[in-house]
Amino acid sequence: MTDPIIQINNFQKTYAGFVAVDDISFDVRKGDIFGLLGPNGAGKTSTLECLEGLRTPNGGSLRVAGIDPAREPRKLRNLIGVQLQSAGLPESITPDEAMRFFCAYHNVAPRFDVLERLGLAEKRRSQFYELSTGQQRRLSLALAVVHNPQVLFLDEPTAGLDVATRAELHGMMRELQTDGTTIILATHDMAEAEQMSDQVAILLKGRIVSIGTPMEITATGADLTKISVRTQDGSLSVSSIALPAVSQCTFKDDYNIYFSSDIGPTLSALITHIEAQDDTLIDLRVERPSLEDRFIEITKTGVSK
Amino acid sequence: MNAFIHHFTFEFRTGIRNKTSLLLNYLFPLGFYLMMGFVMPEINPPFREDIIPAMVVFGILSATLLAIPDPLVNARENGVFRSYKINGIPSLSILSIPALTTVLHLVIVAVIITATAPLLFDAPLPVNWLNYAIIFGSMAFACAGLSVLIGVVSPSSRMTVLWSQLIFVPSMLLGGLMLPNKMLPDIAGKIAQLLPATQAMNAFNGLAMGKVADFSPWGSVLVLFISGVLAFGLAIYLFSWDSRNTTRRGHPLLALLVLLPYALGILLLS
Repeated sequence: MTDPIIQINNFQKTYAGFVAVDDISFDVRKGDIFGLLGPNGAGKTSTLECLEGLRTPNGGSLRVAGIDPAREPRKLRNLIGVQLQSAGLPESITPDEAMRFFCAYHNVAPRFDVLERLGLAEKRRSQFYELSTGQQRRLSLALAVVHNPQVLFLDEPTAGLDVATRAELHGMMRELQTDGTTIILATHDMAEAEQMSDQVAILLKGRIVSIGTPMEITATGADLTKISVRTQDGSLSVSSIALPAVSQCTFKDDYNIYFSSDIGPTLSALITHIEAQDDTLIDLRVERPSLEDRFIEITKTGVSK
Repeated sequence: MNAFIHHFTFEFRTGIRNKTSLLLNYLFPLGFYLMMGFVMPEINPPFREDIIPAMVVFGILSATLLAIPDPLVNARENGVFRSYKINGIPSLSILSIPALTTVLHLVIVAVIITATAPLLFDAPLPVNWLNYAIIFGSMAFACAGLSVLIGVVSPSSRMTVLWSQLIFVPSMLLGGLMLPNKMLPDIAGKIAQLLPATQAMNAFNGLAMGKVADFSPWGSVLVLFISGVLAFGLAIYLFSWDSRNTTRRGHPLLALLVLLPYALGILLLS
């Protein structure tokens, strides 16, 4: 297993008695895209801000690339890149100026190619307040990656982006990952988290309620798998059959739809029945619960099974 | 150095590009100067002798007290400082560069006023140019420091306006810009010495314009310089990167210490 580049041990953060993050621990491996999920107020931003050195933890220890962000924030600056949720740039700055300005403080040559890649070529001389929300976020992202950080923190990176830019951003994230950059992705977009993340942690009320790969997390839920079947002669509709592990069934658009808690025996029984009735299978679809389904389940019940 | 130059260039351009900054750095001081130059000598002929120092001091008050604090508060509230912190931009640059670029704008305004006042309004030129430059620098330094400090300790734009106007309005009325300090009642004259404008006008009169100062003119320069140092020191000490961060190093009321040199000046300068 690759060494962890981020180590969080018994981390706590409180604000005037309110516990925002309550004793959480996890590691992030070098080169992973790590999704940090949770409803508003779950503790995601507090965790990110402490990792970025913007706030000081009240307990536990944090290490980012071997550095304690609270004790050595200056050392951290060239190792991390951060795209904040709010763009955080002066109203009158132009993308060109921002690029020169931030690169100068990171002591690297300006990367105007990144601006072009993120679709800001025509807006290089526009003032920040004249840019659309999506353009502002793209500029913020461009500035976060210009110094080739080891760890990149992305807070809602695709909020307000159109489909093409979103795809471009995802491609860019994959390239950065290939180059060895670790990405911490805080997002409300479950499809994005599921598609992009190697590991995911779901936070709820300051605690981790589920952590693992998206597959692992979706596999541990109580949600039922949806099986949709269509046959040539409709044998499944004609006769009422008892299928193992199926708790409910319905019929829609020529499909028999079953919700199963254990798909192996259910599928086996379905195929045996179709063959026994001398019917022909036309279409069979198995849909696992998505990360979004699992997230809703966890945040509703507050527990991970 | 490269980073400083890029930061300075951006801030300087902002002073012209941003409409509010342009207004407060150039249009308001120069417009007011033209209006006062045409109107006041007709009403009060001795004012002609004070046009240059008075309008330069007015320009400094406008470009610092009215223009500097609000952008600082807005930047903090909008997360710009957080972004700066993450990217390694030091608090010293955040506080000093807007002040330095403002001083550069002020030099331009002061040159325009000093060059045109004799031609347009028959105003006398300074008799000691070196002292004129020293007093201008001291006043700009003191007011820039005060403005940065207001920006650092104000929790909101509304409070910024309040603090700035608390200095700006009395400066206009009591600071010797419209009326000589000696024409004020004794108690008002003493209170006026708490204002940078009073100290600057006193120093201009005694050291640069060939007139008689009401109290020690070099003492006034010293008060302005010390208050500037104190203001920047307090601003750096009280600076916070974002409004949600409760771990400020000192109480904002510590900022009132900036008045100490002026208060001591009332007692010591005669």
